[in-house]
Amino acid sequence: MTKSALNIADLSVGTEIGTRTIEITRADLVKYAGASGDFNPIHWNERFAREVELPGVIAHGMFTMGAAVQLVTDWAGDPSAVVSYGTRFTKPVPVADLDGEPGAVVEVTGVVGALDSDARTARIDLTVTLEGQKVLVKAQALVRMA
Amino acid sequence: MTINPELQGRSYPSNEIYSVGRESIRDFARAVKAGNSAHFDVAAARELGHADLVAPPTYAIIVAQRADALLINDPDSGIDFTRVVHAEQRFTHHRAIVAGDELVAELHVDGVRGMGGGAMITTRAEISTVAGESVATTVSAILVRGEGQ
Repeated sequence: MTKSALNIADLSVGTEIGTRTIEITRADLVKYAGASGDFNPIHWNERFAREVELPGVIAHGMFTMGAAVQLVTDWAGDPSAVVSYGTRFTKPVPVADLDGEPGAVVEVTGVVGALDSDARTARIDLTVTLEGQKVLVKAQALVRMA
Repeated sequence: MTINPELQGRSYPSNEIYSVGRESIRDFARAVKAGNSAHFDVAAARELGHADLVAPPTYAIIVAQRADALLINDPDSGIDFTRVVHAEQRFTHHRAIVAGDELVAELHVDGVRGMGGGAMITTRAEISTVAGESVATTVSAILVRGEGQ
């Protein structure tokens, strides 16, 4: 397992690693469905989504989770430095059909939540919101450091 | 339909091999809006010490959800897939997934808990290479919504 080029000695708990904005269109959900093999129609069929009592087409939780962690991999340099990553999905992300314009905009921020100098890992805590409301809760990635 | 309470403790052995290809890694990386060159450019991946293109941190979900499908599509499980909501997900990587890997997964049903008219089901996929090398462990919690949930 490779590690990030960043040195753990240069970090402290509470340090912000950056922010990222994820603009989501209906086409993004179709693309994610194809790439992941998750073709559940609640992610692309408005009529079907409403029939099963959802507010409309919603993003795959795994799309949001997968896109949010890019803040961490960009910061770490090597994607494989992320040794573990987990989250709870608390609120759906409805994606409006706006003819190619973003139907939802998700904001991601990351801070150093914990450091383990023996294991040489940093825990990055992500805050992932849609219109100010958290959509992922306890989104945490453990990163192996130099 | 009601969830079969005897699912807990059940395992589903891997019934297919997932061959990780370069284009699959590139497609998945684009789909999650990943920009790291190690997902796209073999030379960049090798510079970081990898044998080939590296998969993004959530790529293992492809293999995990194929394994989950064994349970969800099992007529004996009582799960209506149209009422399944993803509640929780965790990945633990034992080593990076790279293009060229041949992966298999064994699914374990670790928990079944009734919630109103529905149920919360926790599954764990142990992902390894066909040669038996451990690659990743994924844990998913899915909520099967009952009527009106």
